[in-house]
Amino acid sequence: MVLFELIDYDTLRVIWWLLLGVLLIGFAMTDGFDMGVGALLPFLGKTDLERRVIINTVGPVWEGNQVWFILGGGAIFAAWPPLYAVSFSGFYLAMFLVLAALILRPVAFKYRSKREAETWRSGWDWALFVGGAVPALVFGVAVGNVLRGVPFELTPELIPMYPGSALGKLFGLLNPFALLCGVVSLSMLLTHGAAWLSLKTEGAIAARARKIGQKTGLVTIGAYALAGLCLAFFVTGYSIVGDVPADGPSNPHYIEVARGGTWLSAYLARPWIIIAPLLGFAGMWMTVQGLKAGREVSTLLWSKLGIFGAISSVGLTIFPFLLPSTLDPTSSLTVWDASSSHKTLFIMLVATVIFMPLILAYTAWVYSVLWGKVTEQDVTENSHSVY
Amino acid sequence: MDLDIVELSRLQFAMTAMYHFLFVPLTLGLSILVAIMETVYVMTNRPIWRQMTKFWGSLFGINFVLGVATGITMEFQFGMNWSYYSHYVGDVFGAPLAIEGLMAFFMEATFVGLFFFGWDKLSKTAHCVVTWLVAIGSNFSALWILIANGWMQHPVGAVFNPDTMRMEMSSFYEVLFNTVAQAKFVHTVSAGYVTASVFVLGVSAWYLLKGRHIDLAKRSITIAASFGLASALSVVVLGDESGYDAGLNQKMKMAAIEAMWETEPAPASFTLFGIPDQEDRETHYAIKIPWVMGLIGTRSLTEQIPGIDDLVEEAHQKIRSGLVAYDALMTIREQRDATPQAVRDTFEAHSDDLGHALLLMRYVEDPRQATEAQITQAANDTVPMVFPIFWGFRVMVGLGFLFIATMAFFFWRSSFKGQTYPRWALRIAVIMIPAPWIAAEMGWIVAEYGRQPWTVDGILPTALSVSRLSVGDLLITIALFATFYTVLFIVEMGLMLKYIRKGPVQDVEETEAWTRKHERRLRSAGSDDLMTTPAE
Ligand code: HDD
Ligand code: HEM
Ligand code: HEM
Repeated sequence: MVLFELIDYDTLRVIWWLLLGVLLIGFAMTDGFDMGVGALLPFLGKTDLERRVIINTVGPVWEGNQVWFILGGGAIFAAWPPLYAVSFSGFYLAMFLVLAALILRPVAFKYRSKREAETWRSGWDWALFVGGAVPALVFGVAVGNVLRGVPFELTPELIPMYPGSALGKLFGLLNPFALLCGVVSLSMLLTHGAAWLSLKTEGAIAARARKIGQKTGLVTIGAYALAGLCLAFFVTGYSIVGDVPADGPSNPHYIEVARGGTWLSAYLARPWIIIAPLLGFAGMWMTVQGLKAGREVSTLLWSKLGIFGAISSVGLTIFPFLLPSTLDPTSSLTVWDASSSHKTLFIMLVATVIFMPLILAYTAWVYSVLWGKVTEQDVTENSHSVY
Repeated sequence: MDLDIVELSRLQFAMTAMYHFLFVPLTLGLSILVAIMETVYVMTNRPIWRQMTKFWGSLFGINFVLGVATGITMEFQFGMNWSYYSHYVGDVFGAPLAIEGLMAFFMEATFVGLFFFGWDKLSKTAHCVVTWLVAIGSNFSALWILIANGWMQHPVGAVFNPDTMRMEMSSFYEVLFNTVAQAKFVHTVSAGYVTASVFVLGVSAWYLLKGRHIDLAKRSITIAASFGLASALSVVVLGDESGYDAGLNQKMKMAAIEAMWETEPAPASFTLFGIPDQEDRETHYAIKIPWVMGLIGTRSLTEQIPGIDDLVEEAHQKIRSGLVAYDALMTIREQRDATPQAVRDTFEAHSDDLGHALLLMRYVEDPRQATEAQITQAANDTVPMVFPIFWGFRVMVGLGFLFIATMAFFFWRSSFKGQTYPRWALRIAVIMIPAPWIAAEMGWIVAEYGRQPWTVDGILPTALSVSRLSVGDLLITIALFATFYTVLFIVEMGLMLKYIRKGPVQDVEETEAWTRKHERRLRSAGSDDLMTTPAE
């Protein structure tokens, strides 16, 4: 017996499906507040000094947080190559928008404080706004489209094809349901950013953050509930036809898929998954309450729980689908037919088991070194070295 | 197949990758130089070394952030623009990319925040450790990305799986210890060290010419020259290793570097100068040095380096053998599990050449229907554009020797001539600043252009690898990338120049207090640290 066969292929696929969730949730929990803070910046900071305080709450950590996103890309490439290939080229211009925003953001953080001029600084402030708001919105829109299915098909050689013109495909993504999902993710990350600021700042900024966070928190709850209803009653679902060889070769054409009904069927088939949206609602509600009461650490934790619930509810609803196809349901990518080989999944699991605990340990250490509030005094005293 | 998409996708990749690599080499080298400076600070406690660390660190930061920003594009671009490539080799190629994130990016990105923000929050030693972790993280990232790129040049440890229509990993060990990847790693990383050394040397030389920040400049030159000399030597020695590997594994690339159209009797000569002519398959005005090429390429006097014409002939044979594999593959795809063993055996026997049959898909939908003329055309396609490769290589190598000479000179003056430097030498050092970037970009042109028409050598043709996007998609993104990157470049250069002009924040009081305190010890040790003589 060979080493990698210690774990069955189907088990490995489920493990990697879970790890995919871990990465996306890790990204939303950490870089999520960086994006929220960026998007709130022009509204919460009235003076340059206040804005610098806000920026410096995430100054030392956003870079490490962003790696969750990069690793998400790398891990999808390594563990789910067909998903990497189909989704990023299928969402081509939308991906470009995200990239442009995410390129702008690091530069804005770093360069803003390097010159005094007001136009220079306010220009980068808006870059930080774009760098936070655009990805937060587009990710939600993308999730909405995944739930509805995406128009692609795979040729017999497994070449992904997407008919239509460039702009047509971009605007096709902007359907009402997907936009609603975009509202959920944007307001969720704004709330998360507000929760972070109420922990890391004091005085007027913290008060403003709490106020705005309560509003965006309520928007999140409303939009999330509405999206759930749409999903249960209007959005067409997908299901696998016949028996599934869960450890078969990763060729989407080998598994037949039908389109019909709604995603409600997932909740009828596996009622326990209702726990995910419930956790989502609980987290979001407690975040609003925490912001109102002025609790700090616990509010941030509740907000993380809300994110955890919301993202895992999407994954659990469409399981075992990763990316359904509206054009040719049989081309749909699922956990059972869109993974890497047994061996690669195993090797990548070993790498993850070695490095992930290390990453978590040193990240925790860095946060503990940086523990405490960022004040106006800190910024004025270290005017040359901070952002 | 719509060729416009292929060309536009290549243009976009080349653009964004070459842009990314403007920032990468400086990050690789400067992170180490800064860590060395800080280590000296921790050991000697002299404030000047902390000021140096902070000054070069601030330039490092301005550069680093664009390395990160443009790297994000790279990570997602395979999926966006090269979707069939991503499907076809993701099982092998994705792994090093993901491990790069796990092992390297997390490390450098998490600690770089503490490097800038942790001066007051950490002990001196802890901060120095953090700086080293940033440097090590950056260098690890080069290792993994070059393992991935090395695999595209020399795809080992992978087999084609007819069920999933893609390459799958057969040996992770072979992918990891791919000789090509190892040679690339050491050569590229050394190139980064040379880049940073030339940069630090040039900026410091400018200060000396202006008579500013003499203390900092002299010390920086000493460090840059010694580190730079070692790296310049290693970049040349290890470049020779890359050349040897190319000779072994990518014979066509080797022949193109040499513009060697016909096989010469061993040992082949090295063409110092010449104008390669792709049409006539001839090199005009060639000036040749006997034997040298044979020595570089094969390390022997008797082994032959095959010329381009012979390699095209070989490609002909491979295409025919690949067609047998393709035919068997179609049967397997139709009959799946019911395929007779004999067909599977035939496939196994010819599967190494399957990629060559795919070259025909540029001309016909089903390669089996290809005419003789099309087969000849496909065989000819295996010849990359010789001119840029030939000249790119010569520019890189020429600059390599120039770096050795420069670094050796400065090293000699700093070690044996009391850190005095003639003005003409300082001027040359300033003018040289862009040279390592030119050498490195030329290096990539040799490596990547020389791999054409393949994305994965001998396995997957470039024309097949692209995403089936529309020309509109690509024109939009290329135009936006070009605008966006140009603006960022201007902003970055502006800030770099501003911070170089501004110079280090030297805490004069602190430095003088320290020097007063240690005056006696320094005198008795005969140190010349107290001198602040301007340049000769
Ligand atoms: C020889 C080295 C080298 C090469 C060939 C490449 N990179 Fe790079 N990359 C680096 C060396 C590097 C680096 C030195 O580690 C950078 C530059 C600045 C930085 O922060 O790290 C980096 C940054 C960087 C980042 C941002 C990481 C972060 O947030 O810290 C990503 C996602 C990539 N790269 C991805 C790529 C991809 C997909 C490449 C392949 C085409 C690539 N790089 C080529
Ligand atoms: C960062 C430094 C790099 C530079 C400057 C660079 C340069 C180039 C250039 C000039 C091309 C265009 C070749 C052509 O169109 O003929 C190209 C293509 C390509 N390179 Fe690189 N390259 C770099 C790193 C890498 C790495 C590390 C990888 C893989 C991990 C890679 C993968 C590719 C791919 C997939 C293409 C497109 C297909 C092709 O045209 O062959 N490159 N690169
Ligand atoms: C005598 C000196 C040199 C020799 C013989 C040499 C040789 C080579 C060869 C043969 C390649 C192609 C490897 C391949 O096809 O995969 C290469 C690539 C490259 N070279 Fe050089 N080189 C020299 C100097 C330099 C210098 C001075 C720099 C930069 C400062 C540099 C930077 C690069 C880079 C970045 C690459 C692309 C990455 C790679 O393929 O390793 N080289 N070099």
